[in-house]
Amino acid sequence: MFRNQYDNDVTVWSPQGRIHQVEYAMEAVKQGSATIGLKSKTHAAIVALKRATSELSAYQKKIIPIDTHMGMTIAGLTADARFLSRYMRTECLNHRYSHDEPLPVSRLIGNLGNKLQVCTQRYDRRPYGVGLLVAGYDDKGPHIYQTCPSATYFDCKAMAIGARSQSARTYLEKHLNEFLECSVEDLVRHGLRALRDTLPNEVELTSKNVSIGVVGKGMDFTIYDDGGVESFLAGLDKEDRRGGRPLPPDVEGDLKEVPVGESTAAPQDPAMSVEMDVEPHSGKD
Amino acid sequence: MYANPNSIINPSLWPNGPAPGCFFNFPGANVTSTSSSSGIITRTQSPVTTGTSILGLVFDGGVMLAGDMLGSYGSMAKFRSIERTIKVNNSTVLGATGDIADFQHLKAIIEQKVIDEDCADDGFTLKPKALHTWLTRVLYNRRSKFDPLWNTFLVAGIEDGEPYLGCVDKIGTAFSDSKIATGYGAHIALPLMREGLEKKPQMTQEEARALLINCLRVLFYRDCRALNKHQIATITKEGVTIENNIELDTNWEVANFVIGYE
Amino acid sequence: MSSIGTGYDLSASQFSPDGRVFQVEYAQKAVENSGTAVALRGKDGVVFAVEKLVTSKLYEAGANRRIFNIDTHIGMAVAGLLADSRQIVETARTEASNYRAEYGGNIPVKYLADRVAMYKHAYTLYSAVRPFGCSVALGSYDEIDGPQLFMVDPSGVSFGYLGCAMGKARQAAKTEMEKLKLKDMTCMELLKEAAKIIYVVHDEVKDKHFELELGWVGAVTQGRHQKVPQDVYAEVERYAKSALEDDSDSGNDDM
Repeated sequence: MFRNQYDNDVTVWSPQGRIHQVEYAMEAVKQGSATIGLKSKTHAAIVALKRATSELSAYQKKIIPIDTHMGMTIAGLTADARFLSRYMRTECLNHRYSHDEPLPVSRLIGNLGNKLQVCTQRYDRRPYGVGLLVAGYDDKGPHIYQTCPSATYFDCKAMAIGARSQSARTYLEKHLNEFLECSVEDLVRHGLRALRDTLPNEVELTSKNVSIGVVGKGMDFTIYDDGGVESFLAGLDKEDRRGGRPLPPDVEGDLKEVPVGESTAAPQDPAMSVEMDVEPHSGKD
Repeated sequence: MYANPNSIINPSLWPNGPAPGCFFNFPGANVTSTSSSSGIITRTQSPVTTGTSILGLVFDGGVMLAGDMLGSYGSMAKFRSIERTIKVNNSTVLGATGDIADFQHLKAIIEQKVIDEDCADDGFTLKPKALHTWLTRVLYNRRSKFDPLWNTFLVAGIEDGEPYLGCVDKIGTAFSDSKIATGYGAHIALPLMREGLEKKPQMTQEEARALLINCLRVLFYRDCRALNKHQIATITKEGVTIENNIELDTNWEVANFVIGYE
Repeated sequence: MSSIGTGYDLSASQFSPDGRVFQVEYAQKAVENSGTAVALRGKDGVVFAVEKLVTSKLYEAGANRRIFNIDTHIGMAVAGLLADSRQIVETARTEASNYRAEYGGNIPVKYLADRVAMYKHAYTLYSAVRPFGCSVALGSYDEIDGPQLFMVDPSGVSFGYLGCAMGKARQAAKTEMEKLKLKDMTCMELLKEAAKIIYVVHDEVKDKHFELELGWVGAVTQGRHQKVPQDVYAEVERYAKSALEDDSDSGNDDM
């Protein structure tokens, strides 16, 4: 089991100048089901794939509302996300109390980033094992922000995180130029198509396993679940899947719940470490 | 191997470690006015050096603040060039009546807020409504500790293209109106401003300025804490201008008819 | 680094037998993995130029800036872990704010550099924390002190500089800098050369896409630190690109 002596603590630098514990935390994001964020000129939308832990359980919520102008989806440890969401809600609420206006999204993300960073530098903490896609709308228009356990964050045109999200990112990159002029419906459809590309062939998007969140000009953050997503899903199954491909055997756990911390795959060397890198865009997942 | 168990128990970053400012803060910086070593609790019960009225008036396309530049020490006209109207940023100005020290204390805090915002460089700036709300929270919070900041503030600015004028006093009472006067001006100048606005609800900038100057003159005649040296701030979409040291022509001939004038 | 793996390199509070603190050196490694940043001090100002590597086209242009305003009169360019850098930015801003609260004026950048250095140094003393994985350059300009430039590395060492470079290609950047007569140069000239250095040292093969980020503080900006205006940026970028082409045409090293 000996791998290297530098990966036990978040306070230890490896000789290459990496922090393995943070990189492992980044892996936790990839254990979560896929979620996608994208925006047009006027709206930001997030779509997420929900999982059920068993036949009898309900689907785990993926979208967390923060304020009337903001909401987010998560990939990774749900409990960590709930903790962060409480912080974000409090910040928004405090800003409304003290200034009587919504908190600018970029400000909140900046503060959140600094909060996340503290956990990557102290022996007595661990990094938050969750990635967030925050959709918000403020005076500067719609925003999609991605945050990572490494405490880096990104102002995105569109983004996908979570299990097998590379396929979704490929879709998003390909269609990036179409999003800006989209209506809300078309924007969400793009999101759903990207999300569908992360699925194995025998799985479909249904009203049960899809959540949608939208916020934008003249529109508070709204979550669509169950029946609410049906109109967005209508006709999608007739369309060709672009990135559809057979499910590789080692990621079947994707659709079941992968017990956190028991990932059998030996930790590889994620390329994350310095500033910009979030996830290796190598397409290997 | 892992030193300092305190760092695990104590949520603050290790207790003996540095925090920003800890090397050079003045001793006693954190002592509040409500506690002292002798156990005597003191609170502000009256202002010391004070400024008198501030007038605020909305006109077509902007808003103006006006007031004199006197800091009175009791009834003595002690400080004769105090700026009581300050530019906050390109869309907001703040005017203060009452204790000058309290105002200057808040001014430093607000200026740092603005600098912080400039540094962030994210395109968001302090808007007049937000500043008005913030001041309301601060003043109400202090009055709830029975230790008020002894001021009445006027916040004037342009928000989303519309002029805004708000007022908040030392107990946290806040409101917004198209014409506001604080202090003695609330009795003397406000009726004149109302009268002016009744005659012409949509004033031009020149008309508003003329009206305010008239009010300032009347205040100088009638208010014993006034000085004939004024500031007028104008906020329009183009930005903020503050004129300082404005002296008005006055006529005291009628004063000779007042018994006891000489 | 012969002592790597001998167990003396796992804690910031531990010396190796030959008297080194490896954890600090490893933190410096993190800075060396980062996109290059340079800062130049001339006769009437300081400029910053950063090679901001962009790893995905899904990111908004201009996101994750690496040149920050610390106060109205001080700019900071960073290299290394961006999350760590932002923490330093936050600390520096707080220091600048504290100084103003106490002394009623702008903090001289040499004091700020000192305080940032002390803060970083504190993180090299304990095993309960790790050293910061970032270097920062601080620059300012005023009429009394003129242009000032300091760089603070993860160990908490701070020096004043005429020109400094951090990140991947700092060696190459320093070589380029040494060709310049920095003391006689104006902000505009500095900006052009700084941008050119970034273009020259950029590694097309390893890092495909990057954004050039420019900041300046000097007489031209009335002592305020700002990101450079768009027209200046365009001009500087044009100069850097054409200078790069000229260099590669004539086979380089003809300055």
